[in-house]
Amino acid sequence: MTTRGVSTSTRSSRATRSPEVRRVDFGRRVVVVRRGWVAMRFEWRSVIVCTAVAVAVVVMSVLALTTGSYQISVSQVVSALTGGETGLVHDIVVEWRLPRIAAALVFGSALGVSGAIFQSMLRNPLADPGIIGFSQGSYTGALIVILVVNGSYLQLVGGAVLGGMATAVLVYVLAYRRGVQGFRLIIVGIGVSAMLGSLNTWLMLKASLEQAMAAAAWGAGSLNGVSWDQVAIGGTVIGALLLPAGILSGPMRQMELGDDAAASLGVRVAATRLALVVVGVALTATVTAASGPIAFISLVAPQIARRLARTAGITLVPAAFVGALLCLTADYIAQHIAPTPLPVGIVTVVLGGGYLGWLLFTEARRRL
Amino acid sequence: MSTSTGTDRSTTSNEPSTMLDPLVPRAPAQGAQEPSRLHVDAATIGYDKRIVSERLSVAIPDQSFTVIVGPNACGKSTLLRGLSRLLKPSEGHVILDGADISSYKTKEVARRVGLLPQTAIAPDGITVADLVARGRYPYQGMLRQWTKTDEEAVLRAMEAAAVTDLSGQLVDELSGGQRQRVWVAMALAQHTDILLLDEPTTFLDITHQVELMELFTDLNHVGHTLVAVLHDLNHAARFGTHLIAMKDGAVVAEGAPSEIVTAELVEEVFGLRCLVVPDPVAGTPHVVPLGRDRDRP
Repeated sequence: MTTRGVSTSTRSSRATRSPEVRRVDFGRRVVVVRRGWVAMRFEWRSVIVCTAVAVAVVVMSVLALTTGSYQISVSQVVSALTGGETGLVHDIVVEWRLPRIAAALVFGSALGVSGAIFQSMLRNPLADPGIIGFSQGSYTGALIVILVVNGSYLQLVGGAVLGGMATAVLVYVLAYRRGVQGFRLIIVGIGVSAMLGSLNTWLMLKASLEQAMAAAAWGAGSLNGVSWDQVAIGGTVIGALLLPAGILSGPMRQMELGDDAAASLGVRVAATRLALVVVGVALTATVTAASGPIAFISLVAPQIARRLARTAGITLVPAAFVGALLCLTADYIAQHIAPTPLPVGIVTVVLGGGYLGWLLFTEARRRL
Repeated sequence: MSTSTGTDRSTTSNEPSTMLDPLVPRAPAQGAQEPSRLHVDAATIGYDKRIVSERLSVAIPDQSFTVIVGPNACGKSTLLRGLSRLLKPSEGHVILDGADISSYKTKEVARRVGLLPQTAIAPDGITVADLVARGRYPYQGMLRQWTKTDEEAVLRAMEAAAVTDLSGQLVDELSGGQRQRVWVAMALAQHTDILLLDEPTTFLDITHQVELMELFTDLNHVGHTLVAVLHDLNHAARFGTHLIAMKDGAVVAEGAPSEIVTAELVEEVFGLRCLVVPDPVAGTPHVVPLGRDRDRP
């Protein structure tokens, strides 16, 4: 049999090469990098998807830098970024629009990673820090700081992180019965979330009008008036959390095989799960503290990323890229396309709500 | 049968002859006298407050295909979990290569003992090769995830489990028998001498059950020590080289199947009245239930 012309097929190339360079057929193109101490394998499609999303992020960023009530040309933006502009153009680009874009990217990727962690860990696309109550808990913590303590911005951040963590512990304990099973944790989380929602409403009702308005504006999830200081603080914390998230991504992928399989393959299951919960909650809480709850990005981003990259299970890096793009786009829509400028959280609720409805529909159908 | 392997293993070569002879008397030799890299030493194993096995001592003979049998809830899966360190004994020890198994680093245990659990889940959209490659985890680091050794090990594991042709396919789309062979390949990629199998043939039809048991026999012949929990006594007696019969968390009998499988033992362990006849093909003990008197002609 002659197979002339099909030189790209692995089978024919295997025959021509020496036997020791046999390659595993993964059914999809992979990129293998082996140099010195580094030996990595990437899926070609994931690389392409991440690159494409990164390009889209750059395009959206340029769009967001140029458009607004004061139109700025691309060349002006470039010169402002390189320090060639002073005055109003410099202020608009560097002090107003750029920190907002940076915040959208940093927070969006944090939410994408946080959602990916919970969805992978609980093996359920509904497992989202927003749905299982952690965002509500962060909001409760922040509300208590705003309304009861009347605290500073840093205290607000602390309150939101503590509130999120406390909620995570509560949900975990309530869902615990000889280990934590994903679906039970989600149901318990939804219940706790509803209870915290009413607690939040009660807190608002007890507050003065001025405080309640501040809390409500924050609670919608907005990047309005984000300053470089906030971006720097949030970015530092998130950067510090993404590092352990990256380290945990290996054992996290193994745990998708089930606890027993992961343990017998050398994963310290209990310790890894605890670390994942802490990192995931901290990521969401940090974003919530800085901007208020921006709903649904953590729910949607990992799933969109998975469908685009067609990866096995949930992967963190594509989820981070998609999360960043989603948050930036949603904020652009909130500012420029909506009839009146809206908090970004409203836009994500509208977009994500539709997705959630579809997801609940298909999940329910799959389980029945 | 299996192709001739270069390594000569004289220790296992004499076993089939004793297995085939049903007249061999019950050997006085117990497991403790045979070399064993993995054994349980007076261990109490259980969950939370429910003790399943108390002061259990049992050894897995090296290079054996050990099969653990017993009625439901007799503690056979619990024993397997103890052997694989998924459960830590509240008292006593599980000894691996001369040291308490809990004294090893998790990845070090994973380089010596592999487990095919019942509960393994294939992530959505994973291909066969990707799943098999997950078995390389104990050898990988942050920046060393796909060395040439990894690739070679995955290729060999897929060949040994006869899933090379499925390499690029989605695991979701395979039949039950194929899928189970893929999981075996993953465990083989882990490259451990000792392999534990928790009810590997459950949910498979008889053809795939036999196919899988023959695969295990081949693996055993090339030097793997296998420990399987099985429900099918006849498969256990035919394919296993060493049998451990358990009841109420304790070992009732252990030894070569041809030596220990008797009607009395089956009645004692399972409460089932039966006839034990030689398997017409392999000559190993074959258990035929007597059933109720009124059902017989």
